[in-house]
Amino acid sequence: MANGTAQNAVTLRRDTWWAAPLITAVVLGSFGIYSTWRALSNADFLVEPYLSPFYSPYILASWWPFSPALLILWAPLGFRATCYYYRKAYYRSFFLAPPACAVRPLAKEGSYAGESKLPFILQNIHRYFFYAAGVVLFFLWVDAFKALKFEDGLGVGVGTLVLFANAALLSLYSLSCHSFRHLIGGNLDVFSKCPTRFMLWGKASALNEHHMLWAWVSLFGVALADLYVFLLARGVITDVRLI
Amino acid sequence: MAVVKMRLYRGDSNGGAEKEYEVPLEEGMVVLDAIHFIQANYDGDLAVRWNCKAAKCGSCSAEINGMPKLTCKTRLDTLPLDKPVTVYPIKTFPIIKDLVTDVSWNYKVRKTIPPFTPAKDTKWVMYQEDVERGQEFRKCIECFLCQDVCHILRNHDKKNEFIGPRMLIKIAELEMHPLDTLDRKEFLRDQAGIGYCNITKCCTEVCPEHIHITDNAIIPLKERVADTYFDPLQWLLEKFKGSPKQ
Ligand code: SF4
Ligand code: SF4
Ligand code: FES
Repeated sequence: MANGTAQNAVTLRRDTWWAAPLITAVVLGSFGIYSTWRALSNADFLVEPYLSPFYSPYILASWWPFSPALLILWAPLGFRATCYYYRKAYYRSFFLAPPACAVRPLAKEGSYAGESKLPFILQNIHRYFFYAAGVVLFFLWVDAFKALKFEDGLGVGVGTLVLFANAALLSLYSLSCHSFRHLIGGNLDVFSKCPTRFMLWGKASALNEHHMLWAWVSLFGVALADLYVFLLARGVITDVRLI
Repeated sequence: MAVVKMRLYRGDSNGGAEKEYEVPLEEGMVVLDAIHFIQANYDGDLAVRWNCKAAKCGSCSAEINGMPKLTCKTRLDTLPLDKPVTVYPIKTFPIIKDLVTDVSWNYKVRKTIPPFTPAKDTKWVMYQEDVERGQEFRKCIECFLCQDVCHILRNHDKKNEFIGPRMLIKIAELEMHPLDTLDRKEFLRDQAGIGYCNITKCCTEVCPEHIHITDNAIIPLKERVADTYFDPLQWLLEKFKGSPKQ
């Protein structure tokens, strides 16, 4: 490149540009480790009437020798892995491609193909993971309602609220998805002919503006909901019955 | 009076180096003011491009403390002044002299974008909700800060493969136009190289017009390309219903 040598350094930025990718790497990495451990453990996920979201829907199949979580987790994990927001997050924090703006990427100059070739070209099927994660989300709502049914009849415990909050946050995350925003109306060029889809697109767009926020709070939500059930199962805490 | 230390890049395509200057700080001063002070009082041959000094012409793009910014919009009181403020030309385009670069590549690739193509018998009636989306993209002042910061052009020098974020919002404006009839999806995938973008959003971060380049243009375009090339269900649907575009 024709410019001065100093500009060929890693960066001329002097602010703490490395902080954001570092924090993202630590938090996403921790979630990865926690969720892998919980999904493989195949234990401590059911304390009636609460079912951990990692195991919902609970599938008991005799032909499946591994943890039942693995039968479903591919859907929400695939949804997050191909999510436009998380792509930015992990391309920056794990692939350093680039780690921050105007900072030199890790990959050798010119060696980059982005999402134009395998494997990252597969990000284009994000919408199919949206559909699959939608099915799982439906069961999370079902399980939240099941958490109202105690042995002595209907009621509400802290766990019930936890599961409802989890389903609600995941719904906000899903409905703010870029693919959903496209499919619900963004693919139109003439909105005036489809007022309903225009209205829905407007709502999806409003949620989409905060997609990053929903991505993070729903991630914490699902991990904390699982942790709640885990701690109940281990007897570390006891559920408080509110109603 | 407080004094600011400025370190400006001085040189041309044969090379160059930083040169330090001291500039008296005045209230409300922007980086371009400091550059003008240097030009007027120290080095009359310092090359810098600017026109409006109102963040609207897009000429004064440079890299201030390593970040691509408009020099006329960056106030000195927003920068840490304990160390010298560095000003470099934008890195992605060939340097002509000092802070001035040759951005003509952008005008060249812009011409390759298939233009607005209305139907022959178009009735020139449009509704606000149909043109609103494109209005955001027309705020672009062609400062090329987004082109500069994009790592695909900046670090990987893929100028033959990737058209850059500014051009993608231009295509989005045309593709989403209610009266346009052309289908630019093949162009987007092949010539424009939209697949190269990994939506790391630096273009959006530096845009002085605060255009949501990734969220409102690049991602919707990626989704449109996915409709045609990566989604068998949509593909079938389009075959069945017929695409509205040629
Ligand atoms: S989001 Fe895409 S176009 Fe914008 S700077 Fe990043 S790679 Fe370039
Ligand atoms: S999109 Fe923004 S950053 Fe890019 S050229 Fe236009 S005004 Fe400049
Ligand atoms: S001088 Fe016109 S944008 Fe800065």
